[in-house]
Amino acid sequence: MRLEPIADPSLARRLLPPVLAIAGSFLVASLLALIAGGNPLAVFGAIIKGAVGSKFALLETLNRATPLIFTGLAVAVAFRAKLWNIGAEAQLYAGAVVTAVLGTGVLQWPAALLLPTIAILSMLAGALLLLGPALLKTRLGVDEVVTTLLLNFIFLLFVSYLLEGPLKDPMGMGWPKSPRLIEEARLPRIVEGLRLHWGFVLALIAAVALWIINTRTTLGFEMRAVGQNAEAARFAGMPVTGVILKTALLSGGLAALAGFSEVSGLKGSLTLDISPGYGYTGIVVAMLALLHPLGVVAAALFVAAIFVGANAMSRALDVPTYLADIMLASALLMMVLAILLTKFRVVRD
Amino acid sequence: MTGKAQAQTVLRLSHITKHFGALTANDDVSFELKRGEVIALLGENGAGKTTLMNILFGQYTADAGEVEVFGQTLPPGNPRAALDAGVGMVHQHFTLAGNLTVWENIVLGTQALGALRLDAKAAKAKIAALSKRFHLAVDPESKVGRLSVGERQRVEILKALYREARILILDEPTAVLTPQESDALFATLREAVGQGLSVVFISHKLHEVMAISDRTVVLRHGKLVAERATSETSREELAALMVDGEVSAPKIEAMPPGPALMRLAGVSTKGEGRAPGLHAVDLTLHAGQITGLAGVSGNGQKALSDLISGLANPVSGRFEIAGEPVTDWSPRRALARKIGRIPEDRHHTGTIADFDLTENAVLETYARDFARHGWMDWKGARAQAEGLIGTYDVRCPGPDTRIRLLSGGNMQKLILGRVLETAPRIILANQPVRGLDIGAVNYVHGRLAEAREKGAAVLLISEDLDEIMKLSDVIHVISEGRLSPGFARGTMRADELGQWMAGEGFAQPTEAAHAS
Repeated sequence: MRLEPIADPSLARRLLPPVLAIAGSFLVASLLALIAGGNPLAVFGAIIKGAVGSKFALLETLNRATPLIFTGLAVAVAFRAKLWNIGAEAQLYAGAVVTAVLGTGVLQWPAALLLPTIAILSMLAGALLLLGPALLKTRLGVDEVVTTLLLNFIFLLFVSYLLEGPLKDPMGMGWPKSPRLIEEARLPRIVEGLRLHWGFVLALIAAVALWIINTRTTLGFEMRAVGQNAEAARFAGMPVTGVILKTALLSGGLAALAGFSEVSGLKGSLTLDISPGYGYTGIVVAMLALLHPLGVVAAALFVAAIFVGANAMSRALDVPTYLADIMLASALLMMVLAILLTKFRVVRD
Repeated sequence: MTGKAQAQTVLRLSHITKHFGALTANDDVSFELKRGEVIALLGENGAGKTTLMNILFGQYTADAGEVEVFGQTLPPGNPRAALDAGVGMVHQHFTLAGNLTVWENIVLGTQALGALRLDAKAAKAKIAALSKRFHLAVDPESKVGRLSVGERQRVEILKALYREARILILDEPTAVLTPQESDALFATLREAVGQGLSVVFISHKLHEVMAISDRTVVLRHGKLVAERATSETSREELAALMVDGEVSAPKIEAMPPGPALMRLAGVSTKGEGRAPGLHAVDLTLHAGQITGLAGVSGNGQKALSDLISGLANPVSGRFEIAGEPVTDWSPRRALARKIGRIPEDRHHTGTIADFDLTENAVLETYARDFARHGWMDWKGARAQAEGLIGTYDVRCPGPDTRIRLLSGGNMQKLILGRVLETAPRIILANQPVRGLDIGAVNYVHGRLAEAREKGAAVLLISEDLDEIMKLSDVIHVISEGRLSPGFARGTMRADELGQWMAGEGFAQPTEAAHAS
């Protein structure tokens, strides 16, 4: 038996990996549910019910999907240009810090002016945070996987310092949290009385915008060309270094919007736990989406549903919520394997 | 020739068939090799010559058919069995360890596993004897990494002879040699068959086949289409058999050179790894002329090509285009100065494999011609691609086809079209026909000749001296980054150019050449 490359895989074959990966992750989860003493069918039933079974559950899932769409887009745009941004977590916090600093009354502007200003400055912060590793990559050939990954830890410690020091809420009873945002700095709810905020709509707009950039603009063409074959892109006269830097700014900015949206839309103040690893989960989302911006929306909804549903399932069936983490991890691993398999076919000698 | 008819059959291939996916690489191929005979295996690139020999040597397993050596059927897919049966193969790409000496390379793999000690003295004596007997001059103590390509090939042949090979298979052995080195190789082969060895010589060069072989076997699209005693055939007949149809090479009519469009004066560039840079190169490209650059591979062709395409900058010297000095040089500037570039590696430099034809067609011009305020004009780009497909006869399902699915010839036609559509003043054609079938070769050559007539200055870089001599108005030879003076068409014979290719005739090498 050996593998033979397939020159021109069909569309169905190219769309197969996410399906296989998700099916595989359900299989792994079933085994684990059995070991934990649950009935797999009941477990999945409870997950689905917990994720979309009620209006409350559905809105919770959409809320949870919002930051994942942003980080998923951030990773997708970078990976497509072969810029391995593992630092969406830090970029998310960069946006969150800017929001927490500017939203607490420093600027007393009406919401229509204040919100866009904060959003843009948040993006700028996230963009600049990725610009450093990108410059190190283009100038000195430093591996951005290492620099962006390690920056996550450095930046989180910096946020921790801010929350214990200059940004600490004097009224916070000693908790490491920032003061509450003023009302003008809060993203309003889409429908009064429901928890879903405009950050979700912003995420959808971002996904469509990125899709248009990818397919319709010269920058999208250049980003794809540099990602596919930087040597040919350079020979053809494309400004390869410039394209990588622009990609970095776009990616960092998108990840920072996740932080802005969480602080301004959902939490109202900055704490060290606003992101349970959304930056890293964004990698899973982007891979499941095959780096397609609209696919990112679908993948983020799926991942959010698993997380939200697993919480409810755990409360009902006493099977640990870690099942959700395992499902995502196994989905990512199987995704990588499935992508490989769609490029080859198995031939029996 | 007498007695050959009765000579013993040493190798018999029977009904060899091999498929790669939908491609049939070998289709029911059978022939025999006699003792003391040289068979030329002739065919175009992609005709299935190398596949056939890899099956014989056990590197591939045939789908059908068998290989018999000295009357014994070889087990399929077992190179060791082929070696033991007395088959020695010299590949196109050598398989030597550069950090070991010549004699170490030769004995490598011949010692029994677990042998504690190497009888170096006996091994070296045997190598010395073989080297003398077959005129394969090479110092057994020097490191292979320091040897020239020609010397390395001798080591490969010695390696086969050391293992008592009775059948030698040489895959395109002259591709990397100067004409003089080729002659030396032929002398060795004659010596070898004189002593009872047999040789299979793979080539697509007709004059070599005529010079060295007793019999010629012609492959076309995987099929054996003819077998001829070489003394009873002609170059013309073989050419026709090889390509199945009329061969019309373009005619280059003499015409007076136009003004100088590009001038290099004393230009030097940095080398890259093992590849040398340029050393004080003087070169002028005139309108309406094809300037040929001959040379053995790896002697600075890449440095010159990188400089003209905009990938590299001169370190010193003067570089002028249309009389103006060049500053701040880049691929984009090169395109803006109307330089069309056909890169050496069409798969990795010239195109993006997973992009479709439309995207590849506008790779160099999208920013100027197919975009407005940062928005792509895909409709225009697609129309451009359709135009190129029609005008340059690119055979493909359509402009949405990913370019990796095209054959090399069609890929090259698209690149050629992309270049010529911009009406370039200067055309850099680096190995424009390597790996193409003869139809595509003539097409590309014809288009280059046409561009010349329209007044473009063409620089043709090739390792194929025939191609250079056929097309060029002026020929320069490059060796270790130095450039010979220009020789006008018809003033030099191939062997004279060969001496320059071997590095003779140049002024004393510069300090820089020694330092590197």
